[in-house]
Amino acid sequence: MQFGIFTVGDVTTDPTTGRTPTEHERIKAMVAIARKAEEVGLDVFATGEHHNPPFVPSSPTTMLGYIAAQTQDLILSTATTLITTNDPVKIAEDFAVLQHLADGRVDLMLGRGNTGPVYPWFGQDIRKGIELAIENYHLLHRLWREEVVDAHGEFRTPLQGFTSVPRPLDGVPPFVWHGSIRSPEIAEQAAFYGDGFFANHIFWPTEHFVRLVGYYRQRFAHYGHGTPEQAIVGLGGQVFMRKNSQDAVREFRPYFDNAPVYGHGPSLEDFTSQTPLTVGSPQEVIDKTLTFRDHFGDYQRQLFLMDHAGLPLKVVLEQLDLLGEVVPVLRRELDALRPAGVPDGPTHQARVAASLTEAAAELETSSR
Amino acid sequence: MSTRTIVVVSAGLSQPSSTRLLADQLAAATARGLPAGTQIITIELRELAHDIVDNLLTGFPSPALSQAIGQMLRADGVIAVTPLYNGSYSGLFKSFFDALDPETLAGKPVLIAATGGTARHSLALEHAIRPLFTYLRAVTVPTAVLAATEDWGSASSSGGALTARVERAGSELAALIDHSRPAVPADPYASVPSFEQLLHSR
Repeated sequence: MQFGIFTVGDVTTDPTTGRTPTEHERIKAMVAIARKAEEVGLDVFATGEHHNPPFVPSSPTTMLGYIAAQTQDLILSTATTLITTNDPVKIAEDFAVLQHLADGRVDLMLGRGNTGPVYPWFGQDIRKGIELAIENYHLLHRLWREEVVDAHGEFRTPLQGFTSVPRPLDGVPPFVWHGSIRSPEIAEQAAFYGDGFFANHIFWPTEHFVRLVGYYRQRFAHYGHGTPEQAIVGLGGQVFMRKNSQDAVREFRPYFDNAPVYGHGPSLEDFTSQTPLTVGSPQEVIDKTLTFRDHFGDYQRQLFLMDHAGLPLKVVLEQLDLLGEVVPVLRRELDALRPAGVPDGPTHQARVAASLTEAAAELETSSR
Repeated sequence: MSTRTIVVVSAGLSQPSSTRLLADQLAAATARGLPAGTQIITIELRELAHDIVDNLLTGFPSPALSQAIGQMLRADGVIAVTPLYNGSYSGLFKSFFDALDPETLAGKPVLIAATGGTARHSLALEHAIRPLFTYLRAVTVPTAVLAATEDWGSASSSGGALTARVERAGSELAALIDHSRPAVPADPYASVPSFEQLLHSR
């Protein structure tokens, strides 16, 4: 089981002080947060990708490459990489370079992006979002697996005899997650390829996502990648902790009440009862996070959103210290519950080993 | 035939409200045209007002609003009644219908009605409220009912015109429901294209 954090990379005014960090401060804070994630024993740091204010991470592989140089074990990922508006050729190249630099500590999560105006800035149309995601990823998947690619589609200049360089490290492409909050088509896509499916269920009620993840698991089995229980599932989470529950609620409330996504809407109490958000003691976070498994089954990756709504860096780093105490408990509990045969979170080493086993098996079959 | 369900949406805000009174009369008139045992569910939007605004802000419904949305999906017919504000439906009334998936009312029989200060507002039903339901592809009954303040006097003061109109609208809705198939909410997972279709359908 892998645990980590994901960041949107928003520049948001701290509602308690009125102070807004500069873009420079925010970018450096994201790096400090990633380094802290490794220090407290988390497995994954994932950054969003955005091309409009008030967000800073428009160039995720640049940031992840910089973080890779300052970390040893942390898996560097995205949440999400825009498969609709990025050229799949550039994604193939950028992440392959990153994968080599980081010695394999790289995977990525693909998403469509829900901001209409961004699409035309990159020559696309949000109404074609699903079609773009399907065609672009199909090409990306081939570019990492086929040495020489001929391709023609609706959305991109055709390719003739194209080789994406560098080739993936050890011949094993970065693992891919597909993130979606409402589209069964994306669950279908993830299932078809046997890729991971990430349900960022932090802003919506659980019941909605139970259906979506269940559909992905069932289709994963349909396409012959294993049993439904063996499908690779990731989930979002959102927590704010203090040793005493009341302190956490008191400190987080002004951030909640003014948060860009849900501020000025439901009460903190209603929102925590209706969504995965937990504001309270470390034990409450453990208890609530363990309920995710009851809803979604054994899963492979849990990412928490920790640095948003204008929380200052100092507080975020304190939160990560607390998360570092919570995660070993969760890891122990969830690993103990996971039956044999249900895979652990994907790593480059494990995927290289699996591909070698597969190759050996094929060789044996063909020599018989 | 299975038991039919009519969902009544009332956007009246005062307690008691003339909008609710009109809604109840329309529901009773409709039920008279349908077999005994027809179920009537009334949704008072006042009780859901905070949930409706929260849904606008967060993008997901609270459990109470979710229940109301489910009732709309399963309704065989809908009676929608709003007070008239500035010559149109109230903001709360519109926001509730904004919270529904666009397909929710497609093909569903709907009776529209409103309350207003004077009968001079009558055409608001035709220029504001009916187009909303046309957009949602609901099947509105021909008779829309406006109840003005003066209509609430004795039957003789308005010549019993409101009562007659309520009866006519109710029987039109009952006839439409009677001739339509029971509502079966669409399952979004039943029609997901396979990956091969997704890849090659363009």
